[in-house]
Amino acid sequence: MSEQLLQVRNLQTQFFTDDGIIKAVDDVSFEMARRETLGIVGESGSGKSVTSLSVMRLVLPPGRITGGEINWKGRDLRKLSEAEMRAIRGDDIAMIFQEPMTSLDPLYTVGNHIEEALRLHQNLRGDAARQRAIAALDDVGIPDAARRIDAYPHQMSGGMRQRVMIAIALSCNPDLLIADEPTTALDVTVQAKVLDLMKDLRVQRDMAIMLITHNMGLVAEMCDRVAVMHRGKIVESADVNQIFANPAHPYTRGLLRSIPTLDSAPKTPLPTLDWQPEPHQKEQSHLVEIAPRHWVSAWAA
Amino acid sequence: MLRFILKRLLLMVPLVIGISLLSFCVMQLAPGDYLDQLRGDPQIRPETIERLSQQYGLDKPKATQYVLWLVNALQGNFGPSFTYKIGVFEVIMQRVYYTLLLAVCSLIFSWSIAIPMGIYIATHRNGLADRLMNFVAFAGISLPGFFVALLAMKLAQQTGWFPVGGASSPNYEQMSWLGKVRDTGWHLLLPVLVLGTRGVSGLMRQMRGNLLDVLSENFIMAARARGLAERGVVLKHATRNAINPLITIFGYELSGLLAGAALVEIVMSWPGLGRLLLESVTGRDLYVAMGAFVMGATLLIIGNLIADVLLAVTDPRIKFS
Repeated sequence: MSEQLLQVRNLQTQFFTDDGIIKAVDDVSFEMARRETLGIVGESGSGKSVTSLSVMRLVLPPGRITGGEINWKGRDLRKLSEAEMRAIRGDDIAMIFQEPMTSLDPLYTVGNHIEEALRLHQNLRGDAARQRAIAALDDVGIPDAARRIDAYPHQMSGGMRQRVMIAIALSCNPDLLIADEPTTALDVTVQAKVLDLMKDLRVQRDMAIMLITHNMGLVAEMCDRVAVMHRGKIVESADVNQIFANPAHPYTRGLLRSIPTLDSAPKTPLPTLDWQPEPHQKEQSHLVEIAPRHWVSAWAA
Repeated sequence: MLRFILKRLLLMVPLVIGISLLSFCVMQLAPGDYLDQLRGDPQIRPETIERLSQQYGLDKPKATQYVLWLVNALQGNFGPSFTYKIGVFEVIMQRVYYTLLLAVCSLIFSWSIAIPMGIYIATHRNGLADRLMNFVAFAGISLPGFFVALLAMKLAQQTGWFPVGGASSPNYEQMSWLGKVRDTGWHLLLPVLVLGTRGVSGLMRQMRGNLLDVLSENFIMAARARGLAERGVVLKHATRNAINPLITIFGYELSGLLAGAALVEIVMSWPGLGRLLLESVTGRDLYVAMGAFVMGATLLIIGNLIADVLLAVTDPRIKFS
């Protein structure tokens, strides 16, 4: 495919707690091309959010990236200074979060948030920054942007706040947008609108999206490629239609089985994901290519 | 905003009248009055006492006494002081000045130390400073104020660096304008230190806790993800959010401060409202005691009002209503 944007190799992120070391991200490798949308799916605690935070180098103590490479346009982000990394955060790589209700500082106007990013990365101040901020709000479909720029977060609905988050993220034209469960906290109609917006903007802005989710419907709708994570490891990665058509890994198959359909009998519990690797298999978790661009954990192949 | 303040000030009136009635009743709980001390003195003729009794209105029934006081008070006349032989208003205003001076200086002192310290120990959690300040804070909270005041007096007496009590030097009246300021400041130093240090301990712990809470909020991570440096994250976003709850505490703190100031005033013979209140109650100086009660309550209510207005100004989520 086209030019490589991000190559993550053997990434390891661990949390050093009083109860021992937790391997949140354990030997994870994946690649992203320009304009590609990669879905990272898995259950809660599978390490998908920590993977994205690791790429941003925003893992907080007691967590720490302990190994691997994060190559961004040929530079290893792990080797950058904190100041160099800050120049990338919000500029080259932007991020939106799961909770739009609490992702904005309640004491500042939405305009102030956007202008903060513009000041940091575009060196825009004063009226120039304000005009760009209004344009950014306009781009994400906020009506009456020139007036809403002075609104405080509590004066906006959840959907509007997530649009503001997207406006902040896109204000500096990033090459990669990391979206961590961007629609989970929104109600269904608002979800659809925010997704449509993200799809439009992806084309307009020519950017790649790393979509972190546990919603397989979202994956089907948005993604080019999918990486399935389980217990800190990627167990299967393939093009999106391959994942749905030929899931090779038992965990992926379980994940797909657990999607409720309209035909699902009411009040019957969803199938549980009880797949576990055998103890002797844990050490040999490298991926093998079973079809072009379709990798699966070795033991399941 | 002006309407809100006016409304709150108007609501204050019945509250203050209620407090004055309560203080009048409390003063009547103890038997006798100011003149009983004079009655025991064989040098004073019964006619004189009779005259004073009429002059002060103490011969009338209790209810009439209160109503008369209230009617006069609403016209700005708070009655005479039996011991000082001048109007209560004059006596109290001078004391209010000294109490406010002490309280405001202590507030400024404790906030300007506690907030930066709180920020520092929250961002350097479990570091040496954090552990040390933890110890100091608990020591500061546990030590009784009057005891610290006594220690401070001992220090002043031993070293001679500070005046031992009082608010001004004997030759205060002869000083130049600048000399007066310097003299007051010199006398103020130890009481402010004693009163302010107590505030620092609690406030610093509060600030640390609030800041740690705020630093785990989503919008903090979002600010980091925008590329904002940690310093900016802490100072622009976290600190403002952490200070806001403290503004509410500020209102309550003022009441604690006035109570704490009373102890410090009494021990360090600072001529403030608290000491006046104690003197007037023990001396059965009825109108001074009532005036001091009313003034203390008024200061407290105004302090709370200031806190509410400040909070509404700093937090866009709060509206005047």
